[in-house]
Amino acid sequence: MILAYLPYAIAAWIFLWGLYGIVTSKNLVHQVVCVAVLQTSTYVLLLALGYKAGGTAPVFADIPVGTSVVDPLVQALMLTDIVVEATVMALLLSMVVKANELAGTVDPEELRFLMG
Amino acid sequence: MNSRHRKLLFLISAAGLVVIFVLGLRDLPPLGDYRGPYGNVVTQVAVYERHATDVVNAINYDYRAFDTLGEEFIFFAAVLGLLLLFRPTGEDDDEQKRAVKLEDELPVSDTLRVSMQAMVGTMIVFGLYMATHGQLTPGGGFQGGVILASAPLIVYLSGDVKTFEAIIASPLVKLAECGGAAGYAIIGTAAIVFGTHFLTNIIPLGTTGDLFSSGTISVISICVGMEIAGGFVLLMQSYLKEIIEERLRKSP
Repeated sequence: MILAYLPYAIAAWIFLWGLYGIVTSKNLVHQVVCVAVLQTSTYVLLLALGYKAGGTAPVFADIPVGTSVVDPLVQALMLTDIVVEATVMALLLSMVVKANELAGTVDPEELRFLMG
Repeated sequence: MNSRHRKLLFLISAAGLVVIFVLGLRDLPPLGDYRGPYGNVVTQVAVYERHATDVVNAINYDYRAFDTLGEEFIFFAAVLGLLLLFRPTGEDDDEQKRAVKLEDELPVSDTLRVSMQAMVGTMIVFGLYMATHGQLTPGGGFQGGVILASAPLIVYLSGDVKTFEAIIASPLVKLAECGGAAGYAIIGTAAIVFGTHFLTNIIPLGTTGDLFSSGTISVISICVGMEIAGGFVLLMQSYLKEIIEERLRKSP
C-alpha cells in the first residue's frame, strides 16, 4: 500500500526540497541548481504515472507488437523536458554571470535594486 | 523581510502545499496499475500507422509533433537569449581582444590526452547513430544532438584548445542551429502545400525496421539533432567568450 504511492511521495519530497533551496538560497548559482532539483520531481512523477506492472520499454524493434509495455507518452514528454531544462539552466546561469558583473554579488539578499 | 521570516513563511506555505499534494495524490492510481487509455492505444497502432518501432519517437516527432515544434523553439529562444545576454559590449578594443586569448594547449596528462582523442571519433559516430536511428531504437534527435555537441568538449578536455576554438567558431554551427529549426518548420509546412494538415507525415513510410522508414519522423529527428548540436555548441562558445572577456578585464 505504502510502496504503491511511494514514487508520488518522493516526487513531492524532491519538489519541496527544491523549493526550500530556492527560498533560502544565499547564492544565485546554488539557486539555479535548486530550480533543476525542483524540475527533477516531474520526472519521478511522470515515470511513476506511466509505469505498468510487468511492462517493458515501448520499443518494438525486437519484441512483437502487443507485448505489455509502459506508457510511451510520458516518456516522450520527459525527453523534451530534459533538453529544455538544460537550456533553461544555461540561460539562468548566464543571467547570474550578468548579475555578478552589474552588481558585483551573487547573493540574492543583496540584489535589491532594478537596473534597466 | 529577513531570512528567518522568509523561512517561516515558506514552512507555513509548504505545509499547505503538502496537504494539497496528499489530496491530489490520493486519487492517483497505485504504482504499476496503469489506467490511461492513450498509452495502450498508441503502442497498439504506432508500428502499423507510422512504421516506426520506437513508439516514444513516433509520438515526439509525429503524433505530438506540434508540441515538439514548440519545445524546439523554447530551446531556440533560450539559446538566442543567452547569445543576446553575452553579446559583445563594444567597449573592448579588438586589438586587445586578439592579444588576450585562451592558452593554445592545456596542461593535461598524456593519459587524458590520448584517451580523449581516441574518444572523439567514437562520440561523433555514436551521436550520428543516435540521431539517425531514432525511429528504430531508443535515441533520436535530442539525444544524438547532445552527444554530438559534447564531441568538441572532449577535444577541449584533450588539451587541444586550438582545434576546439576552430570547431566552435565554424559557421557550420550557426547553420546547423538555424537550419535544424527551420527544417522542422519547413517539413511541417510542406504538408500544407501537399494539401493536408500541418506536420502530417507526407513522406512514404517505407519498410518497418529499415533505416529509411517512418517518413517524416526520421527527417525531423535529424533536423532536431542538428539544431540541438548547434545550439549546445553555441552555448559553449558564448560561455568561452565570457571567460576571455573576464581575462581581458583582469589584465590591465
